[in-house]
Amino acid sequence: MSDTLETRHRGGSAVRHILLSLGAVAFLFPFYYMVVGSLRGTTVGDLSAAVPSGLTGANYTAVNGAISLGRSLLNSGIMTIGVLVCTLVFGVLAGYALAQLRFRGKGAVFAALLLVQMIPFQLLTLPLYVLVVRDYGLGDNYLGMILPFAINSTAVFLFRQFFSQLPQSLFEAARIDGASELRILWQIALPMARPAVLTALLLTFIGPWNEFLWPFLVTKNADMQPLAVSLASFLSNLQGTVANPAGALLAGACVLAVPAVALFLLFQRHFTSTDIDSGVKG
Amino acid sequence: MSVNLQSAPAAVRDSAPARREGPRRARGLSRVGALFVSPYVLFLVVVFAVPLVYTVWISFHRFYFTAPGTDVDSPWVGLSNYKDVFTDPVVGRAFLNIVIFLVINVPLTVGLSLVLATALNAKIRGRAFFRAAFYLPYVTASVALVAVWQFLFGSDGFVNHLLGSHAPDPSWLVNSHLAMPMIAVFVTWKQLGFFVMLYLASLQNVGKELYEASAMDGAGRVRQFFSVTVPGVRPATTLVVIYAIITGANLFSEPYLLTGGGGPDHSSTSPVLLMYQKGIEQGHPDFAAALGVVLVAFVMVVSLAARKLTERGN
Repeated sequence: MSDTLETRHRGGSAVRHILLSLGAVAFLFPFYYMVVGSLRGTTVGDLSAAVPSGLTGANYTAVNGAISLGRSLLNSGIMTIGVLVCTLVFGVLAGYALAQLRFRGKGAVFAALLLVQMIPFQLLTLPLYVLVVRDYGLGDNYLGMILPFAINSTAVFLFRQFFSQLPQSLFEAARIDGASELRILWQIALPMARPAVLTALLLTFIGPWNEFLWPFLVTKNADMQPLAVSLASFLSNLQGTVANPAGALLAGACVLAVPAVALFLLFQRHFTSTDIDSGVKG
Repeated sequence: MSVNLQSAPAAVRDSAPARREGPRRARGLSRVGALFVSPYVLFLVVVFAVPLVYTVWISFHRFYFTAPGTDVDSPWVGLSNYKDVFTDPVVGRAFLNIVIFLVINVPLTVGLSLVLATALNAKIRGRAFFRAAFYLPYVTASVALVAVWQFLFGSDGFVNHLLGSHAPDPSWLVNSHLAMPMIAVFVTWKQLGFFVMLYLASLQNVGKELYEASAMDGAGRVRQFFSVTVPGVRPATTLVVIYAIITGANLFSEPYLLTGGGGPDHSSTSPVLLMYQKGIEQGHPDFAAALGVVLVAFVMVVSLAARKLTERGN
């Protein structure tokens, strides 16, 4: 950046900060309100609700009594981990093949990869529901919950982009020595791809963890529902069962939000703009 | 192709003579590649291709949900389901709602995220904090955020207490004029961080010399924003618009949860919500399938039109 630009930027720095701070308040206030509201004994919507006072954990106990938080969290966890494992195993294989191997139909697979990112997934939920729940009998089943998200195409794309950047010559030597492609992938390519793998897994995590419509359709049994679904059913028809419904709802919202937010804050530098850019460039 | 490879016994592949493997590798073609990619191909077939074809098939038949194992005829009914879709006033309302969504969401998203990204695109103090703050709603579950918004914008909520006698009546989420705009604003807020990051990446590609040249010519900051930044990030804008259209076409949780199942008089019903209500709640999957096909066509037409518009003059 040149000196003249630097000076100009400094001049506009106050304006920048005011703009960004206004934005930050608008983005963070609902989160602050969620946490404070979840900790107050009586949670009403008036202005005092934004002030933390008389803090208690009662709302967490209440929402746990209504929807069994532990069980819901476990279901969310199983669904999410299932998706992560499938994406990691099959996605890395596909990404490596698309980047470093030549085979018939490669162009078509890559075109399909780009195309599916443009298809609104919700449109497919009805036929998928008919197939998965009615035909395959996978209602109230972890496999049925995982199936539509099993391999995240954006992650496959990220793996492919990363493996394409590795120099061919790196793999030639191993091939001449007779190493199998699987071994090359496992021992040479994958260790180098650790940052890409982490980014892809973080991007993949928020999908199944936050997903509502699909698990809502496939799980009727409360014991099988992930937290987003049980919290939604609390929101629409169980609020009357607790003393402080708004507080209990906000407590549930906090429990649902915390894992994704915590992972994001921990690994924030991996959610870089360039990754997103390459992930959506299509 | 992939199925064949998968079912080939592993022993046969491994014991293939090296001299046969040699020329294959020299030509650069490998069976391993097809083998590696086959689970993913299978996934795409099962989760995308088959359901897509199945929707179209269902949409031309009278289709009932049946208990597993029972065999019920699904007679061909031609365009009858489509006729039902096009004559249902709620369908029209649902598509109008998507248009309302886009009219509010697209300019707000493009404007706000471009301004915030431009403000972030410098070495300023607290950059990491601001980035994290903007991105937070994007990584958080809709269901959790909907819970807070209901509480903020409820009849007895924080915002109405703040506004006092200026609060809208009926309140935000149960007002037939405000329900859909509220959804558009909620989604804008939730997704904005993603688009800020997208624009931030795109801004790296805008030539610095363009800013310098325009500064030489005496262009002010605002002038620069409109004549250098805005055209410079046009490819990103196209992407933002396409994503907004896909988001609009996918709307379900927000109308279902935020405005209690589609708002008063279907004022915030979305096509996907309608597909759920008609297809699963009311047991007309054939109607829902035809609606889905119409929605895909709608998305394609609007996306193409938007692409033409945003890329004009490029």
